[in-house]
Amino acid sequence: MKITKKGIAGTLESSDVLVTVSPPVEPGVTIELESIVKKQFGNRIIAVVNEVLEGLGIKDVHVSLQDKGALDCTVRARLEAAAYRAAGISQLQWRR
Amino acid sequence: MKLRRTMLYVPGGNAAMVKDAHIYRSDAIMFDLEDSIAVNEKDSARLLVFHALRTLNYEGTETVVRINGLDSPYGRDDIKAMVNAGPDIIRLPKTETAQDIQDVEELIRQEEKAAGLEEGSIALMAAVESPLGILNAYQIATASSRLIGIAFGAEDYVTNMKTSRSRAGSEIFYARSALVTAARAAGIYALDTVFSDLNDEEGFVEEVRMAKQLGFDGKSIISPRQIRPVHDVFAPTEAEVEAALRVMRGIAEAKKRNMGVITVDGKMVDKPMVDRAERIIEMAKASGQRIPEEELHV
Repeated sequence: MKITKKGIAGTLESSDVLVTVSPPVEPGVTIELESIVKKQFGNRIIAVVNEVLEGLGIKDVHVSLQDKGALDCTVRARLEAAAYRAAGISQLQWRR
Repeated sequence: MKLRRTMLYVPGGNAAMVKDAHIYRSDAIMFDLEDSIAVNEKDSARLLVFHALRTLNYEGTETVVRINGLDSPYGRDDIKAMVNAGPDIIRLPKTETAQDIQDVEELIRQEEKAAGLEEGSIALMAAVESPLGILNAYQIATASSRLIGIAFGAEDYVTNMKTSRSRAGSEIFYARSALVTAARAAGIYALDTVFSDLNDEEGFVEEVRMAKQLGFDGKSIISPRQIRPVHDVFAPTEAEVEAALRVMRGIAEAKKRNMGVITVDGKMVDKPMVDRAERIIEMAKASGQRIPEEELHV
Protein backbone atom coordinates (compact mmCIF):
# COMPACT_ATOMS: atom_id res chain seq x y z
CA MET A 1 0.00 0.00 0.00
CA LYS A 2 1.40 3.40 -0.98
CA ILE A 3 0.82 6.40 1.21
CA THR A 4 0.18 9.29 -1.16
CA LYS A 5 -1.24 11.97 1.13
CA LYS A 6 -1.91 12.76 4.76
CA GLY A 7 -4.58 10.62 6.46
CA ILE A 8 -5.97 11.23 9.94
CA ALA A 9 -8.25 9.06 12.11
CA GLY A 10 -9.28 8.88 15.77
CA THR A 11 -9.85 11.50 18.43
CA LEU A 12 -8.17 12.97 21.49
CA GLU A 13 -10.87 11.59 23.78
CA SER A 14 -10.04 9.22 26.61
CA SER A 15 -9.36 5.61 25.50
CA ASP A 16 -8.78 6.77 21.92
CA VAL A 17 -5.77 7.71 19.82
CA LEU A 18 -5.39 10.32 17.09
CA VAL A 19 -3.30 8.84 14.30
CA THR A 20 -1.77 10.83 11.46
CA VAL A 21 -0.23 8.92 8.57
CA SER A 22 1.80 10.86 5.99
CA PRO A 23 4.24 10.25 3.15
CA PRO A 24 7.75 10.20 4.67
CA VAL A 25 10.44 12.78 3.97
CA GLU A 26 12.91 9.93 3.45
CA PRO A 27 12.21 6.24 2.59
CA GLY A 28 11.43 3.96 5.50
CA VAL A 29 9.17 3.96 8.54
CA THR A 30 9.27 6.63 11.22
CA ILE A 31 6.97 6.61 14.25
CA GLU A 32 6.36 9.49 16.61
CA LEU A 33 4.46 8.59 19.80
CA GLU A 34 2.94 10.84 22.41
CA SER A 35 1.10 8.87 25.08
CA ILE A 36 -0.21 9.26 28.59
CA VAL A 37 0.96 5.69 29.20
CA LYS A 38 4.19 5.84 27.18
CA LYS A 39 6.39 4.71 30.04
CA GLN A 40 4.43 1.51 30.57
CA PHE A 41 2.99 0.74 27.14
CA GLY A 42 5.11 2.74 24.66
CA ASN A 43 6.96 -0.29 23.32
CA ARG A 44 3.75 -2.27 23.00
CA ILE A 45 2.07 0.52 20.99
CA ILE A 46 5.08 0.78 18.65
CA ALA A 47 4.99 -3.01 18.17
CA VAL A 48 1.29 -2.86 17.24
CA VAL A 49 1.99 -0.03 14.77
CA ASN A 50 4.78 -2.01 13.11
CA GLU A 51 2.60 -5.11 12.93
CA VAL A 52 -0.26 -3.20 11.26
CA LEU A 53 2.09 -1.50 8.78
CA GLU A 54 3.60 -4.85 7.86
CA GLY A 55 0.15 -6.39 7.44
CA LEU A 56 -0.85 -3.58 5.09
CA GLY A 57 2.45 -3.79 3.18
CA ILE A 58 3.41 -0.19 3.99
CA LYS A 59 7.17 0.36 3.80
CA ASP A 60 7.50 4.11 3.51
CA VAL A 61 5.51 6.19 5.96
CA HIS A 62 5.59 8.64 8.82
CA VAL A 63 3.14 7.77 11.60
CA SER A 64 2.32 10.16 14.41
CA LEU A 65 0.19 9.00 17.35
CA GLN A 66 -1.34 11.07 20.14
CA ASP A 67 -2.52 8.35 22.49
CA LYS A 68 -5.03 8.80 25.30
CA GLY A 69 -4.89 5.28 26.67
CA ALA A 70 -6.23 3.36 23.66
CA LEU A 71 -6.42 -0.43 23.68
CA ASP A 72 -4.42 -2.36 21.08
CA CYS A 73 -7.55 -2.97 19.02
CA THR A 74 -8.30 0.77 18.98
CA VAL A 75 -4.74 1.57 17.85
CA ARG A 76 -5.15 -0.98 15.05
CA ALA A 77 -8.52 0.43 13.99
CA ARG A 78 -7.39 4.05 13.96
CA LEU A 79 -4.09 3.33 12.22
CA GLU A 80 -5.79 1.26 9.52
CA ALA A 81 -8.42 3.98 8.98
CA ALA A 82 -5.73 6.66 8.69
CA ALA A 83 -3.62 4.50 6.35
CA TYR A 84 -6.50 3.63 4.03
CA ARG A 85 -7.45 7.30 3.88
CA ALA A 86 -3.82 8.26 3.18
CA ALA A 87 -3.65 5.69 0.37
CA GLY A 88 -7.01 6.71 -1.07
CA ILE A 89 -8.42 3.17 -0.70
CA SER A 90 -12.07 2.65 0.18
CA GLN A 91 -12.50 -1.09 -0.48
CA LEU A 92 -11.05 -2.92 2.52
CA GLN A 93 -10.10 -6.53 3.00
CA TRP A 94 -12.23 -7.93 5.81
CA ARG A 95 -11.46 -11.63 5.51
CA ARG A 96 -8.47 -12.07 7.77
CA MET B 1 -34.80 -18.35 27.93
CA LYS B 2 -32.77 -15.50 26.47
CA LEU B 3 -33.47 -12.14 28.06
CA ARG B 4 -33.63 -9.16 25.75
CA ARG B 5 -35.01 -6.55 28.13
CA THR B 6 -32.41 -3.90 27.36
CA MET B 7 -30.50 -3.21 24.15
CA LEU B 8 -28.07 -0.35 24.82
CA TYR B 9 -27.09 1.95 21.93
CA VAL B 10 -23.35 2.51 21.69
CA PRO B 11 -22.05 4.96 19.07
CA GLY B 12 -19.67 2.84 16.98
CA GLY B 13 -17.15 5.67 16.69
CA ASN B 14 -16.67 6.22 20.41
CA ALA B 15 -13.61 4.22 21.51
CA ALA B 16 -14.29 4.49 25.25
CA MET B 17 -17.91 3.39 24.97
CA VAL B 18 -17.15 0.58 22.53
CA LYS B 19 -14.58 -0.70 25.04
CA ASP B 20 -16.73 -0.42 28.17
CA ALA B 21 -20.36 -0.81 27.05
CA HIS B 22 -20.82 -4.25 28.58
CA ILE B 23 -19.84 -3.32 32.13
CA TYR B 24 -23.29 -1.88 32.83
CA ARG B 25 -24.86 -5.33 32.27
CA SER B 26 -27.59 -4.55 29.79
CA ASP B 27 -28.84 -7.73 28.13
CA ALA B 28 -27.45 -6.58 24.80
CA ILE B 29 -25.19 -3.83 23.49
CA MET B 30 -25.83 -2.39 20.07
CA PHE B 31 -22.89 -0.79 18.28
CA ASP B 32 -24.30 1.82 15.96
CA LEU B 33 -22.82 2.43 12.52
CA GLU B 34 -25.87 4.30 11.29
CA ASP B 35 -27.37 7.55 12.56
CA SER B 36 -24.83 8.34 15.29
CA ILE B 37 -21.93 8.24 12.81
CA ALA B 38 -21.18 11.19 10.51
CA VAL B 39 -20.78 10.24 6.84
CA ASN B 40 -17.07 11.11 6.86
CA GLU B 41 -16.45 8.77 9.82
CA LYS B 42 -18.31 5.68 8.56
CA ASP B 43 -15.04 3.98 7.58
CA SER B 44 -13.29 4.54 10.90
CA ALA B 45 -16.32 3.54 13.02
CA ARG B 46 -16.68 0.34 10.99
CA LEU B 47 -13.01 -0.47 11.63
CA LEU B 48 -13.29 0.36 15.33
CA VAL B 49 -16.27 -1.95 15.84
CA PHE B 50 -14.67 -4.62 13.64
CA HIS B 51 -11.48 -4.76 15.72
CA ALA B 52 -13.33 -4.47 19.04
CA LEU B 53 -15.59 -7.41 18.22
CA ARG B 54 -12.65 -9.54 17.09
CA THR B 55 -10.57 -8.71 20.14
CA LEU B 56 -12.61 -7.87 23.22
CA ASN B 57 -14.50 -10.20 25.52
CA TYR B 58 -17.94 -8.77 26.22
CA GLU B 59 -18.49 -11.38 28.93
CA GLY B 60 -21.70 -12.89 27.69
CA THR B 61 -23.48 -9.64 26.85
CA GLU B 62 -25.18 -10.13 23.50
CA THR B 63 -23.49 -8.07 20.78
CA VAL B 64 -25.55 -6.36 18.09
CA VAL B 65 -24.44 -4.07 15.27
CA ARG B 66 -26.85 -1.63 13.70
CA ILE B 67 -25.67 -1.35 10.11
CA ASN B 68 -26.54 1.27 7.52
CA GLY B 69 -29.36 0.44 5.12
CA LEU B 70 -28.64 -1.07 1.71
CA ASP B 71 -30.05 2.09 0.13
CA SER B 72 -26.96 3.95 1.46
CA PRO B 73 -23.38 3.66 0.14
CA TYR B 74 -22.33 2.02 3.44
CA GLY B 75 -24.63 -0.94 4.05
CA ARG B 76 -22.79 -3.48 1.90
CA ASP B 77 -19.40 -2.71 3.43
CA ASP B 78 -20.96 -2.86 6.91
CA ILE B 79 -22.26 -6.36 6.20
CA LYS B 80 -18.93 -7.60 4.80
CA ALA B 81 -17.05 -6.22 7.78
CA MET B 82 -19.49 -7.42 10.42
CA VAL B 83 -19.88 -10.96 9.09
CA ASN B 84 -16.11 -11.26 9.50
CA ALA B 85 -16.17 -9.56 12.91
CA GLY B 86 -18.83 -11.92 14.25
CA PRO B 87 -21.35 -10.08 16.42
CA ASP B 88 -24.29 -12.17 17.62
CA ILE B 89 -26.80 -10.10 15.67
CA ILE B 90 -26.92 -7.64 12.77
CA ARG B 91 -29.76 -5.13 13.11
CA LEU B 92 -31.14 -3.58 9.96
CA PRO B 93 -32.64 -0.08 10.32
CA LYS B 94 -35.72 1.31 8.56
CA THR B 95 -37.02 -2.05 7.36
CA GLU B 96 -40.09 -1.65 5.22
CA THR B 97 -40.60 -4.94 3.39
CA ALA B 98 -39.72 -8.62 3.64
CA GLN B 99 -37.50 -8.04 0.60
CA ASP B 100 -35.29 -5.67 2.66
CA ILE B 101 -34.57 -8.56 5.02
CA GLN B 102 -34.06 -11.07 2.25
CA ASP B 103 -31.57 -8.75 0.49
CA VAL B 104 -29.51 -8.41 3.67
CA GLU B 105 -29.73 -12.11 4.37
CA GLU B 106 -28.44 -12.94 0.88
CA LEU B 107 -25.42 -10.64 1.34
CA ILE B 108 -24.70 -12.17 4.75
CA ARG B 109 -24.97 -15.66 3.25
CA GLN B 110 -22.57 -14.76 0.42
CA GLU B 111 -20.03 -13.30 2.83
CA GLU B 112 -20.29 -16.25 5.21
CA LYS B 113 -19.62 -18.58 2.28
CA ALA B 114 -16.70 -16.51 0.99
CA ALA B 115 -15.18 -16.32 4.47
CA GLY B 116 -15.63 -20.06 5.09
CA LEU B 117 -18.02 -19.46 7.97
CA GLU B 118 -20.91 -21.69 8.87
CA GLU B 119 -24.11 -20.49 7.21
CA GLY B 120 -26.43 -18.93 9.75
CA SER B 121 -23.60 -17.88 12.07
CA ILE B 122 -25.13 -14.43 12.50
CA ALA B 123 -28.71 -13.68 13.49
CA LEU B 124 -30.78 -10.76 12.24
CA MET B 125 -33.01 -8.14 13.79
CA ALA B 126 -35.14 -5.63 11.95
CA ALA B 127 -36.07 -2.16 13.12
CA VAL B 128 -39.42 -1.03 11.78
CA GLU B 129 -39.64 2.74 11.67
CA SER B 130 -42.24 3.74 9.06
CA PRO B 131 -45.97 3.37 8.36
CA LEU B 132 -45.20 0.98 5.47
CA GLY B 133 -42.98 -1.11 7.74
CA ILE B 134 -45.75 -1.33 10.34
CA LEU B 135 -48.27 -2.42 7.72
CA ASN B 136 -45.79 -5.10 6.58
CA ALA B 137 -44.74 -6.10 10.10
CA TYR B 138 -45.82 -9.75 9.89
CA GLN B 139 -44.23 -10.25 6.45
CA ILE B 140 -41.03 -8.71 7.83
CA ALA B 141 -41.17 -10.82 11.00
CA THR B 142 -41.43 -14.02 8.96
CA ALA B 143 -39.01 -13.06 6.17
CA SER B 144 -36.03 -15.08 7.38
CA SER B 145 -35.22 -17.93 9.73
CA ARG B 146 -32.31 -15.80 10.99
CA LEU B 147 -34.66 -13.12 12.26
CA ILE B 148 -34.83 -13.30 16.05
CA GLY B 149 -36.71 -10.09 16.69
CA ILE B 150 -38.22 -6.86 15.45
CA ALA B 151 -37.82 -3.48 17.09
CA PHE B 152 -39.96 -0.40 16.81
CA GLY B 153 -38.37 2.96 16.01
CA ALA B 154 -40.80 5.77 16.77
CA GLU B 155 -38.87 8.87 15.78
CA ASP B 156 -39.03 8.43 11.99
CA TYR B 157 -42.46 6.85 12.30
CA VAL B 158 -44.12 9.87 13.93
CA THR B 159 -42.51 12.20 11.39
CA ASN B 160 -43.90 10.06 8.56
CA MET B 161 -47.26 10.11 10.31
CA LYS B 162 -47.21 13.95 10.33
CA THR B 163 -47.33 14.04 14.12
CA SER B 164 -44.88 14.13 17.02
CA ARG B 165 -44.27 12.08 20.13
CA SER B 166 -46.31 12.73 23.23
CA ARG B 167 -45.82 11.42 26.72
CA ALA B 168 -49.01 9.37 26.55
CA GLY B 169 -47.90 7.82 23.26
CA SER B 170 -51.36 7.63 21.70
CA GLU B 171 -49.84 8.44 18.28
CA ILE B 172 -47.78 5.23 18.35
CA PHE B 173 -50.24 2.95 20.11
CA TYR B 174 -51.36 1.27 16.89
CA ALA B 175 -47.78 0.81 15.65
CA ARG B 176 -46.65 -0.73 18.94
CA SER B 177 -49.61 -3.08 19.03
CA ALA B 178 -49.19 -4.08 15.39
CA LEU B 179 -45.48 -4.73 15.83
CA VAL B 180 -45.76 -6.79 18.99
CA THR B 181 -48.66 -8.78 17.50
CA ALA B 182 -46.57 -9.53 14.40
CA ALA B 183 -43.66 -10.64 16.57
CA ARG B 184 -45.85 -12.91 18.65
CA ALA B 185 -47.49 -14.42 15.56
CA ALA B 186 -44.01 -15.09 14.15
CA GLY B 187 -42.65 -16.39 17.46
CA ILE B 188 -39.82 -13.84 17.69
CA TYR B 189 -38.82 -11.06 20.12
CA ALA B 190 -40.32 -7.57 20.14
CA LEU B 191 -38.40 -4.51 21.35
CA ASP B 192 -39.95 -1.15 22.06
CA THR B 193 -38.65 2.21 20.85
CA VAL B 194 -36.22 4.47 22.73
CA PHE B 195 -37.24 7.06 25.32
CA SER B 196 -35.07 10.10 24.74
CA ASP B 197 -35.63 12.33 27.77
CA LEU B 198 -33.04 11.06 30.24
CA ASN B 199 -34.21 13.48 32.91
CA ASP B 200 -37.81 12.24 32.92
CA GLU B 201 -37.36 9.05 34.94
CA GLU B 202 -40.99 8.83 35.92
CA GLY B 203 -42.13 9.11 32.30
CA PHE B 204 -39.58 6.49 31.33
CA VAL B 205 -40.79 3.95 33.88
CA GLU B 206 -44.40 4.58 32.86
CA GLU B 207 -43.50 3.91 29.25
CA VAL B 208 -41.59 0.72 30.11
CA ARG B 209 -44.60 -0.51 32.10
CA MET B 210 -46.85 0.13 29.14
CA ALA B 211 -44.47 -1.66 26.75
CA LYS B 212 -44.36 -4.66 29.07
CA GLN B 213 -48.13 -4.64 29.37
CA LEU B 214 -48.48 -4.60 25.57
CA GLY B 215 -46.31 -7.72 25.42
CA PHE B 216 -42.88 -6.37 24.46
CA ASP B 217 -39.79 -8.31 25.58
CA GLY B 218 -37.75 -5.19 26.20
CA LYS B 219 -36.64 -1.80 25.01
CA SER B 220 -33.89 -0.17 23.01
CA ILE B 221 -32.16 2.23 25.40
CA ILE B 222 -29.79 5.15 25.00
CA SER B 223 -28.04 5.34 28.37
CA PRO B 224 -26.76 2.94 31.03
CA ARG B 225 -29.00 4.89 33.44
CA GLN B 226 -32.03 3.32 31.76
CA ILE B 227 -30.95 -0.30 32.37
CA ARG B 228 -31.97 -0.76 35.99
CA PRO B 229 -35.50 0.70 35.68
CA VAL B 230 -36.26 -1.58 32.72
CA HIS B 231 -34.93 -4.68 34.46
CA ASP B 232 -36.95 -3.80 37.56
CA VAL B 233 -40.18 -3.40 35.60
CA PHE B 234 -39.64 -6.67 33.73
CA ALA B 235 -38.69 -8.70 36.81
CA PRO B 236 -41.71 -10.69 38.02
CA THR B 237 -42.84 -9.60 41.49
CA GLU B 238 -42.72 -12.02 44.40
CA ALA B 239 -46.52 -12.21 44.32
CA GLU B 240 -46.49 -13.07 40.60
CA VAL B 241 -43.88 -15.78 41.12
CA GLU B 242 -45.78 -17.22 44.08
CA ALA B 243 -49.05 -17.27 42.10
CA ALA B 244 -47.29 -18.96 39.19
CA LEU B 245 -45.83 -21.59 41.51
CA ARG B 246 -49.30 -22.24 42.96
CA VAL B 247 -50.56 -22.90 39.43
CA MET B 248 -47.69 -25.33 38.76
CA ARG B 249 -48.28 -27.10 42.08
CA GLY B 250 -51.97 -27.35 41.28
CA ILE B 251 -51.22 -28.90 37.90
CA ALA B 252 -48.85 -31.42 39.47
CA GLU B 253 -51.44 -32.34 42.07
CA ALA B 254 -54.16 -32.74 39.41
CA LYS B 255 -51.93 -35.05 37.37
CA LYS B 256 -51.24 -37.19 40.45
CA ARG B 257 -54.96 -37.58 41.11
CA ASN B 258 -55.95 -37.89 37.44
CA MET B 259 -58.13 -34.83 37.72
CA GLY B 260 -59.14 -33.14 34.46
CA VAL B 261 -60.01 -29.64 35.64
CA ILE B 262 -58.57 -27.84 38.64
CA THR B 263 -58.92 -24.46 40.28
CA VAL B 264 -56.21 -22.37 41.88
CA ASP B 265 -56.97 -19.21 43.88
CA GLY B 266 -60.62 -19.73 42.93
CA LYS B 267 -59.92 -19.62 39.18
CA MET B 268 -60.13 -22.49 36.75
CA VAL B 269 -56.67 -23.30 35.43
CA ASP B 270 -56.55 -23.52 31.65
CA LYS B 271 -53.65 -23.85 29.23
CA PRO B 272 -53.02 -20.10 28.71
CA MET B 273 -52.79 -19.73 32.49
CA VAL B 274 -50.23 -22.54 32.70
CA ASP B 275 -48.26 -20.99 29.82
CA ARG B 276 -48.23 -17.62 31.62
CA ALA B 277 -47.16 -19.27 34.88
CA GLU B 278 -44.32 -21.09 33.12
CA ARG B 279 -43.21 -17.86 31.47
CA ILE B 280 -43.18 -15.98 34.79
CA ILE B 281 -41.09 -18.70 36.41
CA GLU B 282 -38.68 -18.77 33.46
CA MET B 283 -38.42 -14.98 33.53
CA ALA B 284 -37.79 -15.02 37.29
CA LYS B 285 -35.03 -17.60 36.87
CA ALA B 286 -33.48 -15.70 33.98
CA SER B 287 -33.59 -12.49 36.03
CA GLY B 288 -31.57 -14.20 38.73
CA GLN B 289 -34.37 -14.71 41.25
CA ARG B 290 -33.99 -17.82 43.38
CA ILE B 291 -36.67 -20.43 42.97
CA PRO B 292 -36.34 -23.49 45.21
CA GLU B 293 -35.19 -26.44 43.11
CA GLU B 294 -38.03 -28.71 44.23
CA GLU B 295 -40.52 -26.17 42.89
CA LEU B 296 -39.12 -26.56 39.39
CA HIS B 297 -39.94 -30.24 39.17
CA VAL B 298 -43.60 -30.09 40.05
